[in-house]
Amino acid sequence: MAQLTELTADTFSETVNGAQEAVVVDFWAEWCGPCKKIAPILEEIADEHQGKLRVTKLDVEAHPSVAQQYGVMAIPTLIVFKDGQEVVRVTGSKGKAQLLDDFAPVL
Amino acid sequence: MENQVSEVHDVVIIGSGPAGLTAAIYTARANLSPVLIEGEPSSTSDQPGGQLMLTTEVENFPGFPEGIQGPDLMTAFREQAERFGTTIRTEKVSRVDFSERPFRIWVGGSSGEPDYVARAVIVATGARALMLGLEAEQRLLGHGVSTCATCDGFFFRDQHICVVGGGDSAMEEANFLSRFASKVTVIHRRDELRASKIMADRAMANPKIEFLWNSTVLDVLGESKVEGVRVRDTVTGEESTHPFTGLFVAIGHQPNTDLFKGQLELHDNGYLVTTGNRSTTSVEGVFACGDVQDDWYRQAITAAGSGCMAAIDAERWLETQGH
Repeated sequence: MAQLTELTADTFSETVNGAQEAVVVDFWAEWCGPCKKIAPILEEIADEHQGKLRVTKLDVEAHPSVAQQYGVMAIPTLIVFKDGQEVVRVTGSKGKAQLLDDFAPVL
Repeated sequence: MENQVSEVHDVVIIGSGPAGLTAAIYTARANLSPVLIEGEPSSTSDQPGGQLMLTTEVENFPGFPEGIQGPDLMTAFREQAERFGTTIRTEKVSRVDFSERPFRIWVGGSSGEPDYVARAVIVATGARALMLGLEAEQRLLGHGVSTCATCDGFFFRDQHICVVGGGDSAMEEANFLSRFASKVTVIHRRDELRASKIMADRAMANPKIEFLWNSTVLDVLGESKVEGVRVRDTVTGEESTHPFTGLFVAIGHQPNTDLFKGQLELHDNGYLVTTGNRSTTSVEGVFACGDVQDDWYRQAITAAGSGCMAAIDAERWLETQGH
């Protein structure tokens, strides 16, 4: 299964702005139980929607400035960017079917 | 669906906390090839792994003298269940029919043919945290209102936040949040705590924790983030506004028994009825364990113990049925 690209405060902008496809950013942290449950689902979605969706993750503890910039106050939070613009935001862990519904605008 | 509808499983277990996974370990070792339907990810305690997925350090589970992280403990439970051949499905049960045998179970949005058919069912759906039931609470969820202190405490560094509740989980959250917050105010509707002595003492001794006694939350203020909390004094009736920027709710639990209404006998408080010292429910062949049938002990170790009981009860009952 695809490993999700790990973003940093330095690579965040260029990844989100520069991609052809929509970019999902999974804001997560090591100590968050629900984050661990959503990760394998995101890997599956990344595999199944290659070319349309690029799925990445950002450790909020290591890069708090990005989380702050986007007003993330709960994890997991998933933000979907298209051409650098936020188009979908999902707060909290969800099942695969629900996530695919949420991502529908970019699929 | 890839499920073989025609296949009748010996045991299907619904739920994946300590109770469900212990039942899986025991039934798998008894060669009953259990299928465990673990639920779907969510940020509430109603999720795979159950309530321990939202905790940090578990200090009272025997065998871990140094303590263990809740999610790590549940990962270990799950691995142990898989090691003996449990089939785990990340799906959420949407409907059951226990009116005739074999029992029928549907998951997700499916209708028509059942997704699973089982000779015996073990119900271990647990309990979930209660919310206050305010409109603002839903609107501000993820924007200062949180159901998971361990996930979100980090975002409240140097802020003055509040925890609503007076039991063990409220004290645990307050203590945990005091690592990040400048101050944590516990809002409790009575003038004394319901929490166990060790947890209450720890919170009382914490210089960052203060208490608002005899108080109930009327409203959470703020449009896009929490800016304050409106509170009423239950003795004087006086209302006041406090500039808390975060609100964590820990006011108790309700059992996840909506699925079983009209199928299994429930107590008035919604918990499943089990008989005497056994895990048997009002339907022969359906067994229950863990918090879904326990409004009294509600510990990981008692849930695991009752999961073992349900597995043995199911195994012996299946034997009497010639399986």
